[in-house]
Amino acid sequence: MNAAALRPEHRLIADWIADGSRVLDLGCGDGAFLAELQRVKGVTGYGVEIDPDNIVACIERGVNVIQANLDEGLSGFDADSFDYVVMTQTVQATRFPHLLIDDILRIGREGIVTFPNMGHWKCRLQFTRGRMPVTRHLPHTWYDTPNIHMCTIDDFEDLCAGRRIAVIERATVDSQHRAVIGMQLLPNLLAEIAIYRIRRRP
Amino acid sequence: MPEPLAEASVGLVTPQVAHFDSAIALDCGVTLDAYDLCYETYGTLNAARDNAVLVCHALSGDHHAAGYHSPDDRKPGWWDNCIGPGKPIDTDRFFVVCPNNLGGCGGSTGPLAVRPGSGKRYGPDFPIVTVRDWVESQARLADRLGIDAWAAVIGGSLGGMQVLQWSIDYPARVRHAVVIAAAPRLSTQNIAFNEIARQAIRSDPNFHDGHYYEHDVIPEHGLKLARMVGHITYLSDDVLHTKFGRELRAGKINFGFGVEFEIESYLRYQGESFVGRFDANTYLLMTKSLDYFDPAQAHDGDLTRAVAGCQANFLVISFSSDWRFSPARSREIVRALLDCDHDVSYVDIESDLGHDSFLLPIPQYHKVLSSYFARIEVGP
Repeated sequence: MNAAALRPEHRLIADWIADGSRVLDLGCGDGAFLAELQRVKGVTGYGVEIDPDNIVACIERGVNVIQANLDEGLSGFDADSFDYVVMTQTVQATRFPHLLIDDILRIGREGIVTFPNMGHWKCRLQFTRGRMPVTRHLPHTWYDTPNIHMCTIDDFEDLCAGRRIAVIERATVDSQHRAVIGMQLLPNLLAEIAIYRIRRRP
Repeated sequence: MPEPLAEASVGLVTPQVAHFDSAIALDCGVTLDAYDLCYETYGTLNAARDNAVLVCHALSGDHHAAGYHSPDDRKPGWWDNCIGPGKPIDTDRFFVVCPNNLGGCGGSTGPLAVRPGSGKRYGPDFPIVTVRDWVESQARLADRLGIDAWAAVIGGSLGGMQVLQWSIDYPARVRHAVVIAAAPRLSTQNIAFNEIARQAIRSDPNFHDGHYYEHDVIPEHGLKLARMVGHITYLSDDVLHTKFGRELRAGKINFGFGVEFEIESYLRYQGESFVGRFDANTYLLMTKSLDYFDPAQAHDGDLTRAVAGCQANFLVISFSSDWRFSPARSREIVRALLDCDHDVSYVDIESDLGHDSFLLPIPQYHKVLSSYFARIEVGP
């Protein structure tokens, strides 16, 4: 992979994606990740995006992009039509994360979801001081943040358990994007970004 | 030809006529033994003959898409803002072909043409042509020009429907299909509006069952009304309000039926200027082509099956305030293409200008088109 061009979580995700598979990237941004997956892994698929500049960027890259608002659901896509449905750092900005995750697992064989972990110690520290957390991964103030459904790693795993969703794999990274030993033991405290590979339980 | 505009323009253009002697069997069962297609071209066909772009016109369009016919022309062709050197359809890279459709009144064979052997114009006896017939006739024009496959076929509204039909009928001859402000078939409401337009024309005393040429009159009032009702569906409520509001020409209500509101004056002007440039029989034919268009029909109404064999790379564009062919109609097309795993991008352009947006130089719209066309590979 072109390491410099990709976010660290994207590098991790790319390792999970099989060559030649079909990928739907929800909130695909400028299409860089899909373009790289197409180039290196020979995947096919589409990005879904709402920002007009990002849409133009996708077209410039030759990435198929569908303009849509994720809050309006994914009814335009058939059940089981993708190998992977990827959604990076977007779930916390949607209106109905639980319904969107259901939809992801309806249309994809597997879902890959990443989000900033609100349980990270830096967030907790700011809470103990009586403040809403503002960190490198959560740079917004409470009144202008697009992130309306923040959660912790434990919260997310509760959601999965309650909705018959199997976690196939979990990866976590810290602010330096390292996967340190302590993070395996205390992910909810030490991980800044959580990366999940999920599927429906049979 | 206004000087500042002329710079980025294809400049002076001359329409050409291709005559076809091979009979064409139309969907309606009638066979035309011979016909003419009037067309314009801009740019140069390259050595590989792979840089040709077909532009399909809409209901009231014609072959004059770009440039000027004479230095005295006040207005350029209908899509001059999009076609030309450095423009989204860049004539420095592409060879652009725009024909007037069969049944049209811009120079191709249609109701105005003299029927062979009769010495009289076809008039109302010109057969009703379908979008499929147009594609067939355009394919023969492509053969004539030595174009095996179009780099792109593009069109808005009824033009977008031709693009879709092209990609279905000739999958190997369309590399890129750009379907703008279109629908996979008309809604009942769309057909209803068309019927009002047709009745307006047909009930005009000057219509004479379509034989008005022989009476040296035109069904002026009917055609004007048809255009007025059509024009309302081309614009959004918002843009009408912003442009005209409830402004009164005289500044006060006159308790009469003359022109009072600005919108009345605008619609009358649109109607009147149309009468001078468009033929009523052609208008009737074009609305019928719209009503009949339904590529899914041959597949039990399943659009997915209709587009299953397409090979083109698709770009589908809609406009947020278009209520004639709303974004939801474009998404029907997108959904069918996605079901078939075809390469497709879909963009809904934010615009308050309604259906007419597809003709206007909206920055985001033109950015999307420019980016898309820049990716199309062409030989030297």
